[in-house]
Amino acid sequence: MNSFMKWIHKWGSPPWFYRVSGMMLPWLTGLFVITLVYGLYAGLVLAPADYQQGESFRIIYVHVPAAWMGMFVYMVMAFAAVVHLVWRIKIADVVLISSAPIGAAFAFIALVTGSLWGKPMWGTWWTWDARLTSELLLLFIYLGIIALHSAVEDRQSAGRATAVLTLVGVVNIPIIHYSVVWWNTLHQGTTVMRLDGPAIAAEMLWPLLSMAVAFKLYYVIVMMLSARGEILARERKSRWVRELVGGE
Amino acid sequence: MSEFFHMGGYALYVWGSVGVTAVVMIAIAAAAILRHRRELCRISRRLRRERKMYESQA
Repeated sequence: MNSFMKWIHKWGSPPWFYRVSGMMLPWLTGLFVITLVYGLYAGLVLAPADYQQGESFRIIYVHVPAAWMGMFVYMVMAFAAVVHLVWRIKIADVVLISSAPIGAAFAFIALVTGSLWGKPMWGTWWTWDARLTSELLLLFIYLGIIALHSAVEDRQSAGRATAVLTLVGVVNIPIIHYSVVWWNTLHQGTTVMRLDGPAIAAEMLWPLLSMAVAFKLYYVIVMMLSARGEILARERKSRWVRELVGGE
Repeated sequence: MSEFFHMGGYALYVWGSVGVTAVVMIAIAAAAILRHRRELCRISRRLRRERKMYESQA
């Protein structure tokens, strides 16, 4: 058994996941607060106003991390779907369904803040172009995954059907990413993840990266919290849960 | 300070964005925390009930 499979099986054990996530949560929360406070302060206060967009560019500090996370969470879910379908690891289903509302929230935030940015800069709240439409589709796919999982009574069938739907929806992720390249769009092109380096000043970039780390930590924290609730519900009759709750 | 909140005339858009983001993220986190706490309470209630039943039989 290689180290990847060992890792999968270790985290695939509900008591291990519950115990280790419980130990990690205070540290992750501390890091989250630090990166969030620095990112907000440096982004909203220290960074200079943009020479074209003025102060409105500061929307970048919530819009871009949310949009990145909308796609990142989906990729984690797709990975969990593969682990669930191939190795029948039940925790993968827990991770997938605990991630879905967080991913949906990020897609929703990206759409709303994008709209609030579009109004003053483009003169419109919404336009049916490739980037905006594919992001809206991402939100609908998240909602579809949540709906499907709660609609199927049997937990095993629900998990498998959701995993398949998640994998089908992966096709949308490269479409979102390359939409600004493939089609003419109002949305600006890639600014940070460029082969020739980020096209943004350092004092604007650092707070953005800090916010991106903060949002990533937020996702891990909330996903773990949510997964811990789900694990307790599923394992409520098991011995380790009785000992955990009864022995306090 | 008021200049900071004014955001060069873009206050509605900048603070609107930050506000929506904060509200949604807090709501999702609160739901996760409450769910975990509810499950813990439910299980400990059931264990207490079982113990009481066991003691009354013994």
